[in-house]
Amino acid sequence: MPVTEQMNNSERLELARALVDQLEDGNEQEATRILSELASSKDRGLFQEVGRLTRELHDSIEGFLVDSRIPEMAEHEIPDAGKRLNYVISMTEQSANATLNAVEASLPLADELGARAGILARDWRCLQEREVSAEEFQSLSSELSGFLLMAGDYSGQLHGRLSEVLMAQDFQDLTGQVIRQVIALIQDLEEKLVQLVCISGFGGQEQKPDRTKLEGPVISGLDQGDVVDGQDDVDQLLSSLGF
Amino acid sequence: MKILVVDDFATMRRIIKNLLRDLGFTNTKEADDGNSGLPMLQAGNFDFLITDWNMPGMTGLDLLKAVRSDPKLSKLPVLMVTAESKRDQIIEAAQAGVNGYVVKPFTAGTLEEKINKIFERVEA
Repeated sequence: MPVTEQMNNSERLELARALVDQLEDGNEQEATRILSELASSKDRGLFQEVGRLTRELHDSIEGFLVDSRIPEMAEHEIPDAGKRLNYVISMTEQSANATLNAVEASLPLADELGARAGILARDWRCLQEREVSAEEFQSLSSELSGFLLMAGDYSGQLHGRLSEVLMAQDFQDLTGQVIRQVIALIQDLEEKLVQLVCISGFGGQEQKPDRTKLEGPVISGLDQGDVVDGQDDVDQLLSSLGF
Repeated sequence: MKILVVDDFATMRRIIKNLLRDLGFTNTKEADDGNSGLPMLQAGNFDFLITDWNMPGMTGLDLLKAVRSDPKLSKLPVLMVTAESKRDQIIEAAQAGVNGYVVKPFTAGTLEEKINKIFERVEA
Protein backbone atom coordinates (compact mmCIF):
# COMPACT_ATOMS: atom_id res chain seq x y z
CA MET A 1 0.00 0.00 0.00
CA PRO A 2 1.52 3.35 -0.93
CA VAL A 3 2.33 5.15 2.30
CA THR A 4 2.31 8.65 0.81
CA GLU A 5 -1.39 8.46 -0.09
CA GLN A 6 -2.27 7.52 3.46
CA MET A 7 -2.40 9.31 6.70
CA ASN A 8 0.80 8.71 8.66
CA ASN A 9 0.97 7.64 12.27
CA SER A 10 1.67 11.06 13.77
CA GLU A 11 -1.27 12.57 11.85
CA ARG A 12 -3.53 9.80 13.15
CA LEU A 13 -2.21 10.29 16.69
CA GLU A 14 -2.89 14.01 16.43
CA LEU A 15 -6.45 13.36 15.26
CA ALA A 16 -6.97 10.80 18.08
CA ARG A 17 -5.83 13.33 20.69
CA ALA A 18 -8.11 15.96 19.18
CA LEU A 19 -10.96 13.41 19.31
CA VAL A 20 -10.35 12.77 23.04
CA ASP A 21 -10.17 16.52 23.68
CA GLN A 22 -13.44 17.17 21.84
CA LEU A 23 -15.21 14.27 23.65
CA GLU A 24 -14.01 15.52 27.05
CA ASP A 25 -15.26 18.95 26.15
CA GLY A 26 -18.61 17.39 25.17
CA ASN A 27 -18.28 18.71 21.63
CA GLU A 28 -20.21 15.92 19.87
CA GLN A 29 -20.33 17.48 16.42
CA GLU A 30 -16.59 18.04 16.13
CA ALA A 31 -15.87 14.56 17.62
CA THR A 32 -18.04 12.91 14.93
CA ARG A 33 -16.27 14.88 12.19
CA ILE A 34 -12.84 13.74 13.45
CA LEU A 35 -14.03 10.12 13.66
CA SER A 36 -15.24 10.08 10.07
CA GLU A 37 -11.99 11.69 8.93
CA LEU A 38 -10.06 8.86 10.61
CA ALA A 39 -12.27 6.21 9.01
CA SER A 40 -12.18 7.69 5.51
CA SER A 41 -8.39 7.66 5.48
CA LYS A 42 -8.55 3.85 5.73
CA ASP A 43 -11.15 3.59 2.94
CA ARG A 44 -9.02 5.75 0.66
CA GLY A 45 -6.11 3.31 0.99
CA LEU A 46 -8.39 0.36 0.26
CA PHE A 47 -9.86 1.98 -2.86
CA GLN A 48 -6.38 2.79 -4.14
CA GLU A 49 -5.29 -0.82 -3.62
CA VAL A 50 -8.38 -2.22 -5.40
CA GLY A 51 -7.66 0.17 -8.26
CA ARG A 52 -4.07 -0.97 -8.52
CA LEU A 53 -5.04 -4.65 -8.51
CA THR A 54 -7.67 -4.02 -11.20
CA ARG A 55 -5.06 -2.36 -13.41
CA GLU A 56 -2.66 -5.27 -12.93
CA LEU A 57 -5.38 -7.80 -13.68
CA HIS A 58 -6.33 -5.89 -16.80
CA ASP A 59 -2.71 -5.79 -17.95
CA SER A 60 -2.21 -9.51 -17.39
CA ILE A 61 -5.41 -10.38 -19.27
CA GLU A 62 -4.24 -8.19 -22.15
CA GLY A 63 -0.83 -9.88 -22.07
CA PHE A 64 -2.38 -13.31 -21.97
CA LEU A 65 -4.69 -12.58 -24.91
CA VAL A 66 -1.85 -11.59 -27.20
CA ASP A 67 0.24 -14.66 -26.23
CA SER A 68 -0.20 -16.75 -29.36
CA ARG A 69 1.57 -19.73 -27.77
CA ILE A 70 -1.62 -20.71 -25.94
CA PRO A 71 -3.81 -21.61 -28.95
CA GLU A 72 -0.79 -23.14 -30.67
CA MET A 73 -0.20 -25.39 -27.67
CA ALA A 74 -3.84 -26.37 -27.32
CA GLU A 75 -4.45 -27.05 -31.00
CA HIS A 76 -1.21 -28.65 -32.09
CA GLU A 77 1.53 -29.20 -29.56
CA ILE A 78 -0.39 -31.13 -26.93
CA PRO A 79 -2.03 -33.54 -29.42
CA ASP A 80 1.40 -33.83 -31.08
CA ALA A 81 2.98 -34.70 -27.74
CA GLY A 82 0.64 -37.68 -27.47
CA LYS A 83 1.74 -38.91 -30.89
CA ARG A 84 5.37 -38.34 -29.99
CA LEU A 85 5.03 -40.43 -26.85
CA ASN A 86 3.30 -43.15 -28.85
CA TYR A 87 6.31 -43.09 -31.14
CA VAL A 88 8.52 -43.66 -28.10
CA ILE A 89 6.41 -46.69 -27.15
CA SER A 90 6.57 -48.18 -30.63
CA MET A 91 10.32 -47.54 -31.01
CA THR A 92 11.15 -49.13 -27.67
CA GLU A 93 8.84 -52.04 -28.45
CA GLN A 94 10.48 -52.59 -31.84
CA SER A 95 13.89 -52.46 -30.24
CA ALA A 96 12.96 -54.91 -27.51
CA ASN A 97 11.48 -57.31 -30.07
CA ALA A 98 14.48 -57.06 -32.39
CA THR A 99 16.84 -57.71 -29.48
CA LEU A 100 14.82 -60.64 -28.14
CA ASN A 101 14.49 -62.17 -31.62
CA ALA A 102 18.24 -61.96 -32.15
CA VAL A 103 18.97 -63.43 -28.72
CA GLU A 104 16.48 -66.27 -29.22
CA ALA A 105 18.04 -67.07 -32.60
CA SER A 106 21.58 -66.91 -31.18
CA LEU A 107 21.22 -69.08 -28.09
CA PRO A 108 20.57 -72.40 -29.95
CA LEU A 109 23.58 -71.69 -32.20
CA ALA A 110 25.83 -71.18 -29.19
CA ASP A 111 24.38 -74.29 -27.49
CA GLU A 112 24.90 -76.50 -30.54
CA LEU A 113 28.46 -75.26 -31.02
CA GLY A 114 29.19 -76.04 -27.38
CA ALA A 115 27.55 -79.49 -27.48
CA ARG A 116 29.34 -80.62 -30.65
CA ALA A 117 32.65 -79.23 -29.43
CA GLY A 118 32.15 -81.28 -26.25
CA ILE A 119 31.64 -84.55 -28.20
CA LEU A 120 34.61 -83.80 -30.46
CA ALA A 121 36.82 -82.99 -27.49
CA ARG A 122 36.02 -86.40 -25.97
CA ASP A 123 36.72 -88.26 -29.24
CA TRP A 124 39.88 -86.23 -29.75
CA ARG A 125 41.14 -87.29 -26.33
CA CYS A 126 40.63 -90.96 -27.33
CA LEU A 127 42.63 -90.32 -30.49
CA GLN A 128 45.45 -88.75 -28.51
CA GLU A 129 45.47 -91.76 -26.23
CA ARG A 130 45.56 -93.99 -29.33
CA GLU A 131 42.37 -95.78 -28.46
CA VAL A 132 40.71 -95.51 -31.87
CA SER A 133 40.31 -97.95 -34.75
CA ALA A 134 40.83 -96.97 -38.38
CA GLU A 135 37.03 -96.68 -38.90
CA GLU A 136 36.65 -94.55 -35.80
CA PHE A 137 39.41 -92.30 -37.04
CA GLN A 138 37.61 -91.94 -40.38
CA SER A 139 34.39 -90.96 -38.66
CA LEU A 140 36.17 -88.56 -36.28
CA SER A 141 37.91 -86.93 -39.21
CA SER A 142 34.68 -86.33 -41.10
CA GLU A 143 32.98 -85.10 -37.94
CA LEU A 144 35.78 -82.66 -37.34
CA SER A 145 35.63 -81.21 -40.82
CA GLY A 146 31.85 -80.94 -40.50
CA PHE A 147 32.26 -79.13 -37.18
CA LEU A 148 34.81 -76.70 -38.59
CA LEU A 149 32.44 -75.77 -41.41
CA MET A 150 29.60 -75.36 -38.94
CA ALA A 151 31.73 -73.21 -36.63
CA GLY A 152 32.52 -70.87 -39.52
CA ASP A 153 28.89 -70.70 -40.55
CA TYR A 154 27.55 -70.22 -37.00
CA SER A 155 30.06 -67.55 -36.10
CA GLY A 156 28.94 -65.61 -39.19
CA GLN A 157 25.31 -66.03 -38.12
CA LEU A 158 26.12 -64.99 -34.54
CA HIS A 159 27.94 -61.91 -35.80
CA GLY A 160 24.87 -60.99 -37.85
CA ARG A 161 22.53 -61.45 -34.89
CA LEU A 162 24.78 -59.40 -32.60
CA SER A 163 24.84 -56.63 -35.21
CA GLU A 164 21.02 -56.68 -35.14
CA VAL A 165 21.16 -56.20 -31.36
CA LEU A 166 23.61 -53.35 -31.86
CA MET A 167 21.40 -51.60 -34.40
CA ALA A 168 18.32 -52.08 -32.22
CA GLN A 169 19.87 -49.70 -29.67
CA ASP A 170 19.26 -46.71 -31.96
CA PHE A 171 15.93 -46.18 -30.22
CA GLN A 172 17.68 -44.51 -27.30
CA ASP A 173 18.85 -41.58 -29.41
CA LEU A 174 15.58 -41.17 -31.30
CA THR A 175 13.25 -41.54 -28.32
CA GLY A 176 15.56 -39.34 -26.24
CA GLN A 177 15.12 -36.51 -28.74
CA VAL A 178 11.34 -36.94 -28.69
CA ILE A 179 11.12 -37.06 -24.90
CA ARG A 180 13.20 -33.87 -24.65
CA GLN A 181 10.69 -32.11 -26.92
CA VAL A 182 7.79 -33.27 -24.76
CA ILE A 183 9.58 -32.16 -21.57
CA ALA A 184 10.10 -28.69 -23.09
CA LEU A 185 6.39 -28.52 -23.92
CA ILE A 186 5.41 -29.55 -20.39
CA GLN A 187 7.65 -26.86 -18.88
CA ASP A 188 6.13 -24.30 -21.20
CA LEU A 189 2.66 -25.48 -20.30
CA GLU A 190 3.44 -25.27 -16.60
CA GLU A 191 4.35 -21.59 -16.98
CA LYS A 192 1.11 -20.86 -18.79
CA LEU A 193 -0.90 -22.74 -16.17
CA VAL A 194 0.61 -20.60 -13.46
CA GLN A 195 -0.68 -17.55 -15.34
CA LEU A 196 -4.05 -19.25 -15.71
CA VAL A 197 -4.44 -19.47 -11.96
CA CYS A 198 -5.56 -15.82 -12.14
CA ILE A 199 -7.02 -15.57 -15.61
CA SER A 200 -9.00 -17.71 -18.01
CA GLY A 201 -9.88 -17.62 -21.70
CA PHE A 202 -7.68 -17.23 -24.73
CA GLY A 203 -7.46 -15.79 -28.23
CA GLY A 204 -4.70 -14.14 -30.15
CA GLN A 205 -3.22 -14.56 -33.57
CA GLU A 206 -2.18 -17.72 -35.34
CA GLN A 207 1.52 -18.39 -34.93
CA LYS A 208 3.57 -19.19 -37.99
CA PRO A 209 5.55 -22.43 -37.65
CA ASP A 210 9.24 -21.85 -37.01
CA ARG A 211 11.04 -23.23 -40.05
CA THR A 212 14.39 -23.38 -38.37
CA LYS A 213 13.12 -25.49 -35.47
CA LEU A 214 14.70 -28.95 -35.42
CA GLU A 215 11.97 -31.58 -35.57
CA GLY A 216 13.81 -34.78 -34.77
CA PRO A 217 12.62 -38.12 -36.14
CA VAL A 218 9.71 -38.39 -38.57
CA ILE A 219 6.64 -39.52 -36.64
CA SER A 220 3.76 -40.87 -38.67
CA GLY A 221 0.47 -39.04 -38.26
CA LEU A 222 2.26 -35.84 -37.24
CA ASP A 223 2.39 -32.81 -39.52
CA GLN A 224 6.09 -31.95 -39.52
CA GLY A 225 6.10 -30.04 -42.78
CA ASP A 226 7.67 -31.26 -46.00
CA VAL A 227 9.60 -34.29 -44.80
CA VAL A 228 11.24 -37.06 -46.82
CA ASP A 229 9.92 -40.60 -46.79
CA GLY A 230 12.97 -42.64 -45.87
CA GLN A 231 16.54 -42.86 -47.14
CA ASP A 232 15.53 -43.48 -50.78
CA ASP A 233 13.73 -40.15 -50.80
CA VAL A 234 16.83 -38.44 -49.36
CA ASP A 235 19.00 -40.03 -52.05
CA GLN A 236 16.59 -38.92 -54.76
CA LEU A 237 16.52 -35.37 -53.44
CA LEU A 238 20.30 -35.21 -53.21
CA SER A 239 20.79 -36.66 -56.68
CA SER A 240 18.38 -34.02 -58.01
CA LEU A 241 20.78 -31.50 -56.47
CA GLY A 242 23.68 -33.03 -58.39
CA PHE A 243 25.00 -35.36 -55.68
CA MET B 1 41.84 -43.63 -41.77
CA LYS B 2 40.96 -41.53 -38.70
CA ILE B 3 37.26 -40.80 -38.21
CA LEU B 4 35.49 -38.42 -35.80
CA VAL B 5 31.95 -39.36 -34.75
CA VAL B 6 29.91 -36.47 -33.31
CA ASP B 7 26.55 -37.18 -31.67
CA ASP B 8 25.06 -36.05 -28.37
CA PHE B 9 23.76 -39.56 -27.61
CA ALA B 10 26.48 -41.93 -26.44
CA THR B 11 24.49 -44.97 -27.57
CA MET B 12 24.35 -43.68 -31.15
CA ARG B 13 28.10 -42.97 -31.09
CA ARG B 14 28.70 -46.54 -29.95
CA ILE B 15 26.45 -47.93 -32.70
CA ILE B 16 28.26 -45.94 -35.38
CA LYS B 17 31.69 -46.84 -33.98
CA ASN B 18 30.79 -50.53 -33.98
CA LEU B 19 29.50 -50.36 -37.54
CA LEU B 20 32.69 -48.59 -38.60
CA ARG B 21 34.77 -51.27 -36.92
CA ASP B 22 32.83 -53.92 -38.87
CA LEU B 23 33.71 -52.01 -42.03
CA GLY B 24 37.38 -52.08 -41.07
CA PHE B 25 37.70 -48.57 -39.63
CA THR B 26 39.16 -48.96 -36.17
CA ASN B 27 40.68 -45.53 -35.61
CA THR B 28 37.65 -43.56 -34.42
CA LYS B 29 37.25 -40.74 -31.92
CA GLU B 30 34.07 -39.32 -30.39
CA ALA B 31 32.67 -35.90 -29.50
CA ASP B 32 29.27 -34.99 -28.09
CA ASP B 33 28.65 -31.79 -30.05
CA GLY B 34 30.26 -29.29 -32.41
CA ASN B 35 31.86 -27.31 -29.61
CA SER B 36 33.93 -30.27 -28.50
CA GLY B 37 34.27 -31.76 -32.00
CA LEU B 38 35.66 -28.74 -33.84
CA PRO B 39 38.82 -28.35 -31.71
CA MET B 40 39.47 -32.09 -32.12
CA LEU B 41 39.21 -31.74 -35.89
CA GLN B 42 41.50 -28.71 -35.87
CA ALA B 43 44.05 -30.51 -33.73
CA GLY B 44 44.00 -34.04 -35.01
CA ASN B 45 44.49 -35.06 -38.69
CA PHE B 46 41.05 -36.56 -39.19
CA ASP B 47 40.19 -38.05 -42.58
CA PHE B 48 36.44 -38.21 -42.19
CA LEU B 49 33.67 -36.64 -40.09
CA ILE B 50 30.34 -38.27 -39.25
CA THR B 51 28.01 -35.90 -37.41
CA ASP B 52 24.48 -35.66 -36.09
CA TRP B 53 22.57 -32.41 -36.70
CA ASN B 54 20.47 -31.68 -33.62
CA MET B 55 22.83 -31.31 -30.67
CA PRO B 56 22.89 -28.91 -27.73
CA GLY B 57 25.72 -26.41 -27.92
CA MET B 58 26.93 -26.38 -31.51
CA THR B 59 24.72 -28.19 -34.03
CA GLY B 60 26.01 -30.44 -36.78
CA LEU B 61 25.08 -27.89 -39.43
CA ASP B 62 27.11 -25.19 -37.68
CA LEU B 63 29.97 -27.66 -37.33
CA LEU B 64 29.77 -28.41 -41.06
CA LYS B 65 29.84 -24.68 -41.86
CA ALA B 66 32.80 -24.18 -39.51
CA VAL B 67 34.66 -27.05 -41.20
CA ARG B 68 34.00 -25.68 -44.68
CA SER B 69 35.18 -22.20 -43.70
CA ASP B 70 38.40 -23.44 -42.07
CA PRO B 71 41.13 -23.55 -44.76
CA LYS B 72 42.81 -26.54 -43.09
CA LEU B 73 39.59 -28.56 -42.88
CA SER B 74 37.58 -27.33 -45.86
CA LYS B 75 38.17 -30.50 -47.91
CA LEU B 76 37.25 -32.92 -45.10
CA PRO B 77 34.53 -35.37 -46.20
CA VAL B 78 31.45 -34.97 -43.98
CA LEU B 79 28.58 -37.44 -43.62
CA MET B 80 25.51 -36.24 -41.76
CA VAL B 81 23.59 -38.93 -39.87
CA THR B 82 20.48 -37.34 -38.41
CA ALA B 83 16.77 -37.68 -37.71
CA GLU B 84 16.10 -34.31 -39.38
CA SER B 85 14.08 -35.19 -42.47
CA LYS B 86 12.64 -31.98 -43.92
CA ARG B 87 13.43 -31.38 -47.57
CA ASP B 88 14.45 -27.81 -46.73
CA GLN B 89 16.94 -29.12 -44.18
CA ILE B 90 18.50 -31.63 -46.56
CA ILE B 91 18.85 -28.90 -49.18
CA GLU B 92 20.36 -26.60 -46.54
CA ALA B 93 22.91 -29.25 -45.57
CA ALA B 94 23.73 -29.88 -49.23
CA GLN B 95 24.25 -26.16 -49.78
CA ALA B 96 26.50 -26.02 -46.73
CA GLY B 97 28.70 -28.64 -48.39
CA VAL B 98 27.76 -31.99 -46.86
CA ASN B 99 29.09 -35.05 -48.73
CA GLY B 100 26.36 -37.48 -47.70
CA TYR B 101 23.12 -37.52 -45.72
CA VAL B 102 21.69 -40.51 -43.85
CA VAL B 103 18.35 -40.26 -42.03
CA LYS B 104 17.81 -42.05 -38.74
CA PRO B 105 16.73 -44.73 -38.16
CA PHE B 106 19.17 -46.24 -40.66
CA THR B 107 20.52 -49.69 -41.46
CA ALA B 108 24.12 -50.89 -41.36
CA GLY B 109 23.88 -51.34 -45.15
CA THR B 110 22.86 -47.72 -45.74
CA LEU B 111 25.74 -46.39 -43.66
CA GLU B 112 28.24 -48.60 -45.47
CA GLU B 113 26.88 -47.60 -48.88
CA LYS B 114 27.08 -43.87 -48.14
CA ILE B 115 30.56 -44.09 -46.68
CA ASN B 116 31.84 -46.08 -49.66
CA LYS B 117 30.23 -43.64 -52.06
CA ILE B 118 31.91 -40.69 -50.37
CA PHE B 119 35.33 -42.38 -50.47
CA GLU B 120 34.89 -43.35 -54.12
CA ARG B 121 34.19 -39.74 -54.96
CA VAL B 122 37.01 -38.40 -52.81
CA GLU B 123 39.49 -40.80 -54.43
CA ALA B 124 38.24 -40.10 -57.97
